[in-house]
Amino acid sequence: MTDEARFPAEAAKGTDEARFPAEAAKGTDEARFPADAAARADLGTPRSNGSSGQVFGEDVRAKAKEIIARYPQSRSALLPLLHLVQSVEGHVSQAGIQFCAEQLDLGIAEVSAVVTFYTMYKRRPCGEHLVSVCTNTLCAALGGDDIYAALKEELGVGHEETAGEAGSPGSVTLEHAECLAACDLAPVLQVNYEFFDRQTPDSAVELVRALRRGERPNPTRGAPLTNFRTAELQLAGFFEGRDADVAGPSAAEETLRGAQLAAERGWTAPAMPDDAPLPPVPEKK
Amino acid sequence: MSEGANVTEQRHLTPVLTKRWLSPNSWTLATYEQLEGYTALRKALAAHPDQLIQLIKDSGLRGRGGAGFPAGMKWGFIPQNDSKPHYLVINADEGEPGTCKDVPLMMADPHSLIEGIVITAYAIRANYAAIYVRGEVIHCIRRLHAAVREAYRAGYLGRNILGSGFDLEVVVHAGAGAYICGEETALLDSLEGRRGQPRLKPPFPATAGLYAAPTVVNNVETIATVPYIVNGGSDWFRSMGTEKSPGPKIYSLSGHVEKPGQYEAPLGITLRELLDMAGGMKDGIPLKFWTPGGSSTPLFTADHLDVPLDFEGAAAEGSMLGTTALMIFNETVSVPWAVMKWTEFYKHESCGKCTPCREGTYWLEQILHRMLRGEGTPEDVETMLDVCDNILGRSFCALGDGATSPITSAIKYFRHEFLELCEKNSGGVPAPALAGAQG
Repeated sequence: MTDEARFPAEAAKGTDEARFPAEAAKGTDEARFPADAAARADLGTPRSNGSSGQVFGEDVRAKAKEIIARYPQSRSALLPLLHLVQSVEGHVSQAGIQFCAEQLDLGIAEVSAVVTFYTMYKRRPCGEHLVSVCTNTLCAALGGDDIYAALKEELGVGHEETAGEAGSPGSVTLEHAECLAACDLAPVLQVNYEFFDRQTPDSAVELVRALRRGERPNPTRGAPLTNFRTAELQLAGFFEGRDADVAGPSAAEETLRGAQLAAERGWTAPAMPDDAPLPPVPEKK
Repeated sequence: MSEGANVTEQRHLTPVLTKRWLSPNSWTLATYEQLEGYTALRKALAAHPDQLIQLIKDSGLRGRGGAGFPAGMKWGFIPQNDSKPHYLVINADEGEPGTCKDVPLMMADPHSLIEGIVITAYAIRANYAAIYVRGEVIHCIRRLHAAVREAYRAGYLGRNILGSGFDLEVVVHAGAGAYICGEETALLDSLEGRRGQPRLKPPFPATAGLYAAPTVVNNVETIATVPYIVNGGSDWFRSMGTEKSPGPKIYSLSGHVEKPGQYEAPLGITLRELLDMAGGMKDGIPLKFWTPGGSSTPLFTADHLDVPLDFEGAAAEGSMLGTTALMIFNETVSVPWAVMKWTEFYKHESCGKCTPCREGTYWLEQILHRMLRGEGTPEDVETMLDVCDNILGRSFCALGDGATSPITSAIKYFRHEFLELCEKNSGGVPAPALAGAQG
């Protein structure tokens, strides 16, 4: 069933202005969200039609089309499109929201509602690198809280704040993260979503100092570091020129422990029969 | 048909899903094909789709994402001969605290998931499948994309797969950081490009899922198990595990153990047995509390070392098997502190759609912060239980229920620790002294 069929009233409403007349009347975003205004000021992108053209070139539009073509219904492309936006801007600006709205024929409010829901879409420009420290219970109990505290002090910033000029070489945005699905390797942190396992406050401080110097230490598991924007391009599903990344290490000692132990001790699952039959086609009731 | 629980001999690990992980370049198609890869697909495509649904029903395979719903039954709910497209959606949004099995599986052996996807899609007559994987695991996403590309090139995906006439498209879809999207209907809304908020059920996804069409949503480990069942048969599968919880399962041990990691064993194994294989408690410091399957499953203590870790065994002792994420904490860890940290998580991840969860998690966090600051009172314990009572069963989805699990179980087994915090009221002892866990 199409969206139109599910939400006929919505489809009939037409343009943004028609759908959200009150919003259109309120004037600029800057007036409504003064706190965000500073973050957007450098982009000079008011909410008028076509503003996204200043930021997003033809190559990005071509990629957007490619993303949309992956799905039976275009709106499904919104999450990857927002990753694509972050690959260009290092965050999701008002122009980025406008861009997605244009590509998918959605309202600004519909896209904004999605952007603000998800943690990975950053509302302020990110650093060259994003450092995410797991501070959920298990990692925290093994030192994750201490690691986060050490990095806050080292970088002189708090959650979702950036050391250095956002986007410039060596700039680092810090955040505390929820469980990163690597609990057997706790405590963990990520740089641009690549894993640095079994960290200590000292190793983490050493790591961000290297990042600030413009170095790119290799992750424990993952591909050689690039930057936040390149990572976001990959999250949008584009890997051109990065074929070697896939071979980056993925299995830690912990990952393989059970399989390794079984191999050492000669433990196996029961052998499969040579030709196990399938059940007959069940009779229709 | 079933041998039932095989309790007569010493139980050991049974690598099925994790066996291939030891092979060099295990994530490549070449390695996968050398190790029986895509043989189950050939067998499946030669069969009638309903035979496959019956096979999975016979095998007793239960969902590995936490709820343990019988997979074959779920597939059987998909209406056939309707005019709608059908969809298969893989829940790879692994985010339940403590859970770390699907990400290593997809990194080490993505083709086992893809083969399972093709077989499942064929069985439920779906021609489009999506792998919804959490965005923060970029290397995993990379491996999935590469494997899907390889599978297309080799003719395992796309049009007329292996000459069978069956078509299937698979898309790898990266999420954007929202635990709630692990809830299947929130996942579907997210996959439709919306805020990830759960839907009212019924209708269930089997009748109105993705784009309101019949949809099966299954966990990664569930679907990756399917090719083995096709090759080995349901009797083989049932030769592991128990009557009602058959098969092998990846148990993820983390925390204060000597050798944390992934251990694949028959369902029904105990923590005592797993701990023995994992070298025991770290530095010999005794066990205090643990979760059988993530933070949303009520805590267990050292008294539960011999509880069979299958769906029935965990439930009989007042918890749930969940995702078999065994987070293990020793005596140095303050229970109220651990519960406070988990509650911060649930509060942050509550989607805000329903009042009991949105407001409840907010106030639970406030109360726990107050207690950990040494400003709580004994009445706070009762207040928390009261709030939990108003969340459990009254929330829109299981996130709210899960948020109450650590609190109510912690108070059940460790009420004294909460009360001790209140005795220190006047002193204002800060939390870190209790948070400890430096062992």
